[in-house]
Amino acid sequence: MSHSKKATIFNKDEAKVNWHDKALWFVREKRDSAAHNVKNWEYLRELASGIKANVLSNLDKYLVQFEENAKKNGIKIHWASNAEEHNSIVHKILAEKKASKVVKSKSMLTEECHLNPYLEAKGIEVIDTDLGERIVQLAQEPPSHIVLPAIHKTKEEVDELFQEHLGTKPSNGDPEYLTNEARKHLRDKFLKADAAITGVNFAVAETGGFVVCTNEGNADMGAHLAKVHIACMGIEKIIPKEEHLGVFLRLLARSATGQPITTYSSHFNTPATGTEMHIIIVDNGRTKQLSREDFRTSLHCIRCGACMNTCPIYRKSGGHSYDATIPGPIGSILSPGKDLKKYSSLPFASTLCGSCSNVCPVKINIHEQLYKWRQLITKDVKQPLIKKSILKIAGFVLSKPKLYKLVGKSARFMLKYAPRFIVYSKLNAWGKARELPKVKNKNFDDWYKINRKNNG
Amino acid sequence: MKVGLFIPCYINQLYPRVAIATLEILEKLGVDVYYPTEQTCCGQPLGNSGYEKASKGACQLFVENFKEYDYIVGPSGSCIYHIKKHFDILEQTDDVINVRNNAYELCEFIVKILKKTDLGASFPYKVGLHKSCHGLRGLKLGSCSERMDSHYSTEEDLLNNVKGLELMSLTRKDECCGFGGTFSVFEEAISVKMGKDKIQDHLDNGVEVITGADHSCLMHLEGLLNRNDQPLRVMHIAEILNSNFQL
Repeated sequence: MSHSKKATIFNKDEAKVNWHDKALWFVREKRDSAAHNVKNWEYLRELASGIKANVLSNLDKYLVQFEENAKKNGIKIHWASNAEEHNSIVHKILAEKKASKVVKSKSMLTEECHLNPYLEAKGIEVIDTDLGERIVQLAQEPPSHIVLPAIHKTKEEVDELFQEHLGTKPSNGDPEYLTNEARKHLRDKFLKADAAITGVNFAVAETGGFVVCTNEGNADMGAHLAKVHIACMGIEKIIPKEEHLGVFLRLLARSATGQPITTYSSHFNTPATGTEMHIIIVDNGRTKQLSREDFRTSLHCIRCGACMNTCPIYRKSGGHSYDATIPGPIGSILSPGKDLKKYSSLPFASTLCGSCSNVCPVKINIHEQLYKWRQLITKDVKQPLIKKSILKIAGFVLSKPKLYKLVGKSARFMLKYAPRFIVYSKLNAWGKARELPKVKNKNFDDWYKINRKNNG
Repeated sequence: MKVGLFIPCYINQLYPRVAIATLEILEKLGVDVYYPTEQTCCGQPLGNSGYEKASKGACQLFVENFKEYDYIVGPSGSCIYHIKKHFDILEQTDDVINVRNNAYELCEFIVKILKKTDLGASFPYKVGLHKSCHGLRGLKLGSCSERMDSHYSTEEDLLNNVKGLELMSLTRKDECCGFGGTFSVFEEAISVKMGKDKIQDHLDNGVEVITGADHSCLMHLEGLLNRNDQPLRVMHIAEILNSNFQL
C-alpha cells in the first residue's frame, strides 16, 4: 500500500493525529532550544558532515584499521555482506555458546535485517530491552520512529498492553507505575540472558573501540551481565579518531531529543575476563548506495531522528505509513536504494519543504535527494497512466506559447461555467476538502494587452 | 536596468490581480519593466513530480523569453527557486547561466537590488506572514527556525513599513502549509490536514489576512478557507505592498 493510502487511514482519527503531531513537535522544539545553547552549532554540523565525508571516501582504509585494532583488543570481528549473512553469523555465535536467551538493546540494523523473527524461528528468545522497543515488541509491531519506537502509542494503550502481557493492574496509563513494572520485568530478563546484542553508534578506527548511546542504560546492563556481547554495525558507523566523538556526541542527543548528551554513552573497548565480544560489520546495500553519487551522503546519517520530528508529513501520517524499517525523510532516501519499486511512493511523501535538511546534524541534503529519487522513479517504476499522461502533455503544452494560451483559456472557461457536480467529481482530489480558485474572464495576458499597449 | 516580468502560469490564469499588483509596484519604483508575452511556465510542476525531463522544452522557452533582461522578477519564491536550482537540466550556456543568476523573487528584488523597504503602502489589518518553504529555505529570504543563525526576514522588512499593518506572530513560524505542488492531490489527506493546522495557527493568533510571497501556498489555504467558511482571507504580499488604504 502506498504512503498516501496509509496516511489517509491514519488521518481518520484526527484527535490521534493531533496528539502525535504535538508530541513530536515538542521534541523538535526541545531540539531547537538545546541547539541554541551551543555556540557555533552550524559550524559543528559542518564539521560532522566533513568528517563523515572523509569517512565515506576512505571507508576501505578505516574499516580495515578498525578491524586490526579491535582484534588487538581481543574483540572478534565478522563481516556480513547482507542481512542473511548477518543473521546467520549471530545465530552461529549463539549456537556455539548454547545461548537460548538473548537481550537486545536498540539497533536499527537488526531491525533492518529482521533478526528477531529469524532467531525466534530457531527457538531463541529475543527480548528488546529499550522500553519503547519492548512495547512495540509486545504489540507485535515494528517501531514507528527510530529514536522513539512507540511514539504512536498512548500511555493508555501501553497500560492495556502491559495488563495483557505483563499482568499489570489497570492504572489509567500511569507512566511511573508502568515504567516500574517494565523495569521489574526486564530486570528478570537481563539476569537470565545468555547473550546481549547491541547496536553501535560510533566505531573508532584509531582505537578499535565502539560507543553505544542509550538513555536507559539497557545496553550496558545487557552487555555487562551476559557472557557474550554481539555488537552489530553498518559499515558507515566508522569515525576516524576518538577525538571526533566530541563532535558527534554533542550533536546526536541534542538533535534527537534535545538532551545535551545521552544518559549513557558507553565505550566498549575490550571484553571483560571470561566473556566474549563480537562485532559484525554489515554492508547490506550500503556499498551500492555509496556508489550512487547523488545519494552518497545519505550514509552520513547518525540515526538521530531529528528529520522525523521536524517533518510535518511524518508527524501527521505516523511512522507506520512509510512501511519501512527507517521511516520519515531519511528513510525515504535510503529505502528506494534497497528496493526502488516497493518504496517508490516514499520520495513523493514530501512537500520538499527542506526542514529535514536544515535540522540534520550531518547536513544530509535530504529534500534534494527526494527530488532526485523522484526523477529516477518515474523512469524506472511504472506510473499511473493518468499522472504520467497529464504531466507529459503538460510538458508539451508549456513549451508551446500558443497552445498554452488556448489551454489556459479553456481551463478558466471550465472552472467558471462547468456545473459544480462535474468540477467536484471523484476525480478531483483537490476539491474533496478545498474549493478551487474563483476565476475571472480575463487572465493577466488579456489585461496586459488592454492596459499596457505600448510595451512588451 | 531592464527587468523582465515573470508571471507564473497559475497567477496569469487564476490570479491576474497579483500580477497587476506586481507590475504596478515595479512601475511605481521606477523600474523599466517588460512583460514577455510568450512566457508560459518554469516547469516546476513537472520537475517536482519526477518528470523533469519532460519540462526541458518549457525551461528552454523560459530562457529564450528572458535572456535579454538584466533581471527577471516574479511574485513567486517557489518558481524562482526552481529556475535557480533546477535549470541545471539545460545545457549551461551563457544565456542559461545569466537567467539563473538574475532571477529574483519580488521581495528580494525590492530589498536587495532596489534597496527599498518602505513602499509607502498602508493596510490597516492584522496580518500573518506565511513563509513559503521554497522562498525561505530555498531562496533564503529569511532565517529558518531550524537553523541557529540570527533573525532576518525580507518579507517582514517590507511589511513592517506598511502603515497600519500589524504583523502577528505565529506559534509555528515556518511550518509548511502542505501545498507541495502535485503533493496536494497525490497526498490529499496529509496536504489538507497540514493546511487546516496552518490556518488554525493564524486564527489562534488573531490574524485577519494571511499573506506571503508564494501564491500557490495561499491558493491551497484559500481553498480550505472558502470550503470551511472561515473568517480569514489570503492576499499576496504584492497586493498589500500595492495597497493604499485611507487610514
